[in-house]
Amino acid sequence: MTVSANSRARAELDLDVVRDIAQQLHGLDGALLPILHAINDHFGYVDPRALPVIADVLNLTRAEVHGVVSFYHDFRTAPAGRHVVKICRAEACQAMGCDRVIADLEAALNVTLGGTSADAQVTLEAVYCLGNCALSPVALIDGELYGRIDAARALARVGK
Amino acid sequence: MTQLIYVPDDASALSVGAGEVAAAISAEIIKRGLDAKLIRTGSRGMFWLEPLVEFATPQGRSGFGPVGVADVAALFDSAPHPLALGLVEDIPYLKSQQRLTFARCGITDPLSLQDYQAHGGLQGLRNALQMTPSSIVEQVIASGLRGRGGAGFPTGIKWRTVADTPAEQKYIVCNADEGDSGTFADRMLMEGDPFLLIEGMVIAGIAVGASKGFIYIRSEYPHAFAKMTRAIEIARREHLLGAAVLGSQYEFDLELRLGAGAYICGEETSLLESLEGKRGQVRPKPPLPAIAGLFGKPTVINNVLSLAAVPTILAEGAEFYRDFGSGRSRGTMPIQLAGNIKHGGLIERAFGLSLREIIEEYGGGTASGRPVRAAQVGGPLGSYWPARLFDTAFDYEAFAEKSGMIGHGGVVVFDDTVDLAKQARFALEFCAIESCGKCTPCRIGSTRGAETMDKIIQGEQVSENITLVRDLCEVLRDGSLCALGGLTPMPVLSALDHFPEDFRRHQQHEAAE
Repeated sequence: MTVSANSRARAELDLDVVRDIAQQLHGLDGALLPILHAINDHFGYVDPRALPVIADVLNLTRAEVHGVVSFYHDFRTAPAGRHVVKICRAEACQAMGCDRVIADLEAALNVTLGGTSADAQVTLEAVYCLGNCALSPVALIDGELYGRIDAARALARVGK
Repeated sequence: MTQLIYVPDDASALSVGAGEVAAAISAEIIKRGLDAKLIRTGSRGMFWLEPLVEFATPQGRSGFGPVGVADVAALFDSAPHPLALGLVEDIPYLKSQQRLTFARCGITDPLSLQDYQAHGGLQGLRNALQMTPSSIVEQVIASGLRGRGGAGFPTGIKWRTVADTPAEQKYIVCNADEGDSGTFADRMLMEGDPFLLIEGMVIAGIAVGASKGFIYIRSEYPHAFAKMTRAIEIARREHLLGAAVLGSQYEFDLELRLGAGAYICGEETSLLESLEGKRGQVRPKPPLPAIAGLFGKPTVINNVLSLAAVPTILAEGAEFYRDFGSGRSRGTMPIQLAGNIKHGGLIERAFGLSLREIIEEYGGGTASGRPVRAAQVGGPLGSYWPARLFDTAFDYEAFAEKSGMIGHGGVVVFDDTVDLAKQARFALEFCAIESCGKCTPCRIGSTRGAETMDKIIQGEQVSENITLVRDLCEVLRDGSLCALGGLTPMPVLSALDHFPEDFRRHQQHEAAE
């Protein structure tokens, strides 16, 4: 799971571990996504240096692996902040004022959506629907879902 | 007798504190030394009442909500509780519904196969095991079930194509990439009644001769993924999945896969690409997935709600299911009411009720207390409806007639502070963010469209730019490979047609017009 463990301490990049993960999962049908998820979970991101190793295990080109990594929003190419706040900016949340919440969070953390605060504590990201649309606005903070969120409550969750 | 107490373990309920309430109830039971048992269920889908706590009584389940931790102790006192709702089944929102697919959701323990069977589960599969595969397909065709993911294609016809295509390996793929804003029925079902989806997929496998299935769940649904993972483990242990389904000659197993944050993967061919480990880019059709789908094999790909409707059809018969609904829209539709709405939640009803009933009678108007100005129906690619069209009946044809679609059944309500020009701009921006890049109208047209909308919003050559946006929408509609580009014009044009005043707010300094 990419989203379940964002706040835990992350392992340093170790290409032997990358190879182990890839080899463990390479027997699955269409193994590349599960492998990338596992690496993203383990290290907190998919380091570009991991791509040749994955490509080698799956007998793909580096370009093919890079193409997949870059296609999906979930796969980070650099570590995120200690806490990850994903805030929904789809229509149901717009109807309940998510733009205001986002503006307040951006101001409080001094970041723009997609960025990480200067102290590396919080990454603020947009997400498009978390399936909690009757309790908008909604955020996913370190893998936990929050309904009827406002900036103060979100900041409290990440110790700000 | 042991007092049974129910608290939802649904992600929405948890998002407003159901986990803390459940913990407080457990602590209170111990503190008072009561003979009571806490059972975690799915949600009833009345989200303004979450966390909804229910106590079993001889008359039925008595509800309290929305319960906070501070309200818990008093639940165990004899004095009347201020949050008492009476019998949950008698709450009008629930009582007036026709729950077939969601019959058990919020009532049973989602991970108890015994509970599932005690409430009618597996009857559809047991009936199917007594039938020939082709007669299962005929039942599904006769039921009139159409794809609940959005496209509305007859489910049984899809199945028949796969059944009639010879191959050594076939697949059942469940599309649980529920990305439309305003929808949460797939999530609720996977969290609240996961065995129903498994049962539906097993029946599909038997019907078309597929021994393997995949459920592709979006990564935005970690809780649903965890619940389905456990349900599949239990189903394997109890031989609902495996080499001999319920001791029969049929083999069927399931694998769960996690999406990676791409809206386009809700499009069926893009989802198949993603399952194969590739970029989620749309495939041209033909070939249909039913002929050459996952790994090039014949594949049934259906939405969660389509597959979850199948056990009811097999348990009660095609006629029973077909008798619900109107016109060519048969059965029930789980409608999801969301956005700026007082009583948001899940409403499963036969097709044919009006948007007005949904928004005003069920929804009770906006959460903000301001007048309802618009509703977007069918997700980010659906039309914006003005209040004067709210008498439109909720079915596939009636909506199509008015240039809309019911899609996956999401209804997002906006009050009178909404700016439809901004919403039209967002539709194009969203298309640009989520476009897979395969075809030019979608990839580039969406970006140019958002830029042109910016000009309109700034009051720059409004009439000319509106003509340009309309023209661009025509190109997107006619020239895109899939529904993302093809339907993005729907929210844009409906906003333009029904709310033209919002597009001309800043026009005054434009003397030439």
